[in-house]
Amino acid sequence: MSIHILNVSKAFGSVQVLDDVSLVIPPGELVALLGPSGSGKTTLLRIVAGLEVADRGQIMLEGEEQTAEANGKRSVGFVFQHYALFRHMSVLENVAFGLRVRPRRLRPPEGEIRRKVRDLLSLVQMDGLADRLPDQLSGGQRQRVALARALAVEPKVLLLDEPFGSLDARVRKELRRWLRRLHDELHITSLFVTHDQDEALEVADRVAVIHEGRVQQVGTPADVYHHPANSFVYRFLGDVNLFQGRVVDGKVRVGNLALDLPDRPSNGGASAAVYVRPYQLTLHPYPQGELCFRAEVKRINPGGSMVKLGLKSEWGAPVEVELSVERFRDLRVAVGTTVYVSFSREEAVVEQ
Amino acid sequence: MKEMRALAIGSVARPMRLGEKAGVRVALTAAAIGFLMLFLFLPLLAVFGQAFQKGWAAYAAALREPDARAAMQLTLLVTGIVVPMNTIFGLAAAWAISRFTFRGKSALSVLIALPLAVSPVIAGLIFVLLFGQRGVLGPFLAAHDVRIIFAVPGIVLATLFVTFPLVAREVIPIMEAQGKEQEEAAVVLGASGWQTFLRVTLPGIRWGLLYGIVLCAARAMGEFGAVSVVSGHIRGLTNTVPLYVEIVYNEYNFAGAFAVASTLMVVALLTIVLKTIVEWRGRIERTRGSEAGTG
Repeated sequence: MSIHILNVSKAFGSVQVLDDVSLVIPPGELVALLGPSGSGKTTLLRIVAGLEVADRGQIMLEGEEQTAEANGKRSVGFVFQHYALFRHMSVLENVAFGLRVRPRRLRPPEGEIRRKVRDLLSLVQMDGLADRLPDQLSGGQRQRVALARALAVEPKVLLLDEPFGSLDARVRKELRRWLRRLHDELHITSLFVTHDQDEALEVADRVAVIHEGRVQQVGTPADVYHHPANSFVYRFLGDVNLFQGRVVDGKVRVGNLALDLPDRPSNGGASAAVYVRPYQLTLHPYPQGELCFRAEVKRINPGGSMVKLGLKSEWGAPVEVELSVERFRDLRVAVGTTVYVSFSREEAVVEQ
Repeated sequence: MKEMRALAIGSVARPMRLGEKAGVRVALTAAAIGFLMLFLFLPLLAVFGQAFQKGWAAYAAALREPDARAAMQLTLLVTGIVVPMNTIFGLAAAWAISRFTFRGKSALSVLIALPLAVSPVIAGLIFVLLFGQRGVLGPFLAAHDVRIIFAVPGIVLATLFVTFPLVAREVIPIMEAQGKEQEEAAVVLGASGWQTFLRVTLPGIRWGLLYGIVLCAARAMGEFGAVSVVSGHIRGLTNTVPLYVEIVYNEYNFAGAFAVASTLMVVALLTIVLKTIVEWRGRIERTRGSEAGTG
């Protein structure tokens, strides 16, 4: 089932949380709503679920407009960041809840409910834990129960609000891969909110980047990462160095470095921002003509698969660089060494 | 001198902990226990001592006195009306305050606590001023032959006023701590508002609610000041148990007065027992939650 979000706006008091947001989620896709906290992504998800009402705009599930009243009848499953399991009910009763509250004529018989709960618990790898109370489970287990509970009502759409947000890093990674596999099995249209760009890029079919209540870009993980629509998306999807440059003779000058401007009317003397990712910077032991700037190594962090260097540029700004271990060995730099930094025009994003 | 220095060094080397000095701890504990003995256990013993002063038969006879029975019946009637009403009000107020944001919410929270700040005698006077013969609504009520002051409705109103914060104030903090996520989860799963309340909200607040109800009942039975102003003290008609105790006491019938008073003491003791159970349950649920939270 597809989700159409059409021109949705929402304000809390004087704060405009969502500003004319439109987004289409095709059937069977897993889409991530990615944004910093306060960007409005959770509010959007709650509006789709019917937990909040939009000031303007429409939510259509499979082409059918959703009104404010039909809350529990939307056939959506919702997974909360803090699980929201019913604390006084066993795992079994939690998962069975959506079936038990149905009107009598729609309620499956007891045997069928139990069989279904058992199937779901084995789907989320929680067999044998049906009698536990939520408080007796680990965070990861609780979130899987929450997922089973949401799936029990056979929703057409699955909505997940920071589903791994309160788990520790290792469980988080494990569980998000598992969610991806589960989605490949079930193909249920899913929308999940996250502020973690790695999570969004790894799990989602497509990523919608949201900032200040507006959709900044929608695309595949590769699209948004390699072809960011604007500097916000670029900055948000990974670590980035910002260089303040000046526009001179149709080129941006950053220190000694001159970069061609994108083919836009250039304004002599205006300032421009140049963004480059740490791994896109190249270090040289000697100057490379006009195409580099000088910097001093201030800090070396060799932990991890890449070596991270903290530099201070010739004009005094901090610069972050990531190098492969081999390259780092070849360069033979130490704290205090002077190096020369260059990057290619293609990889940098220039914003006037 | 040497010894003192050694002692000082020794105490520095030990890990610092609050209230470590044994003397202070013993003194504080003794003060607390002494205070409790003096103001709680001694009076309690005195009440039961006086009640049984003339033996079990006199005690039973004092309770069987027609006026005493009328007073107990009236107290039970008032409690039976007030407690359900304040339970419903308390739940509604707790729901509104913990689940919604609206204009005047903080004013409502303050107003709920108001009866605790107002002297019960003033509370009673408010109703006399409103419904008494010379009160604002007095002529209207007289014209329609409705009696509120010096009658049962006045006693009910005064008791309602005095006890209405008790349920709300027990339930609000629990509902705020519980948050609304579980209720939202229930609604998304298709539960109606009523199903959500019965199956999700109520089990979470049951112990606090129960304690609030018991507290409300105990206060409704024991209220003296407000009821005294509006009751008129008509024997066998508008005397509640506390009012009856005072009258009998003033007639120098100490054994009778304390016999009836002892029934209120039993209610008070039951309240304490229940409070202990509620806190014990609450602690179990909290520790269970925090243990699993680290997993």
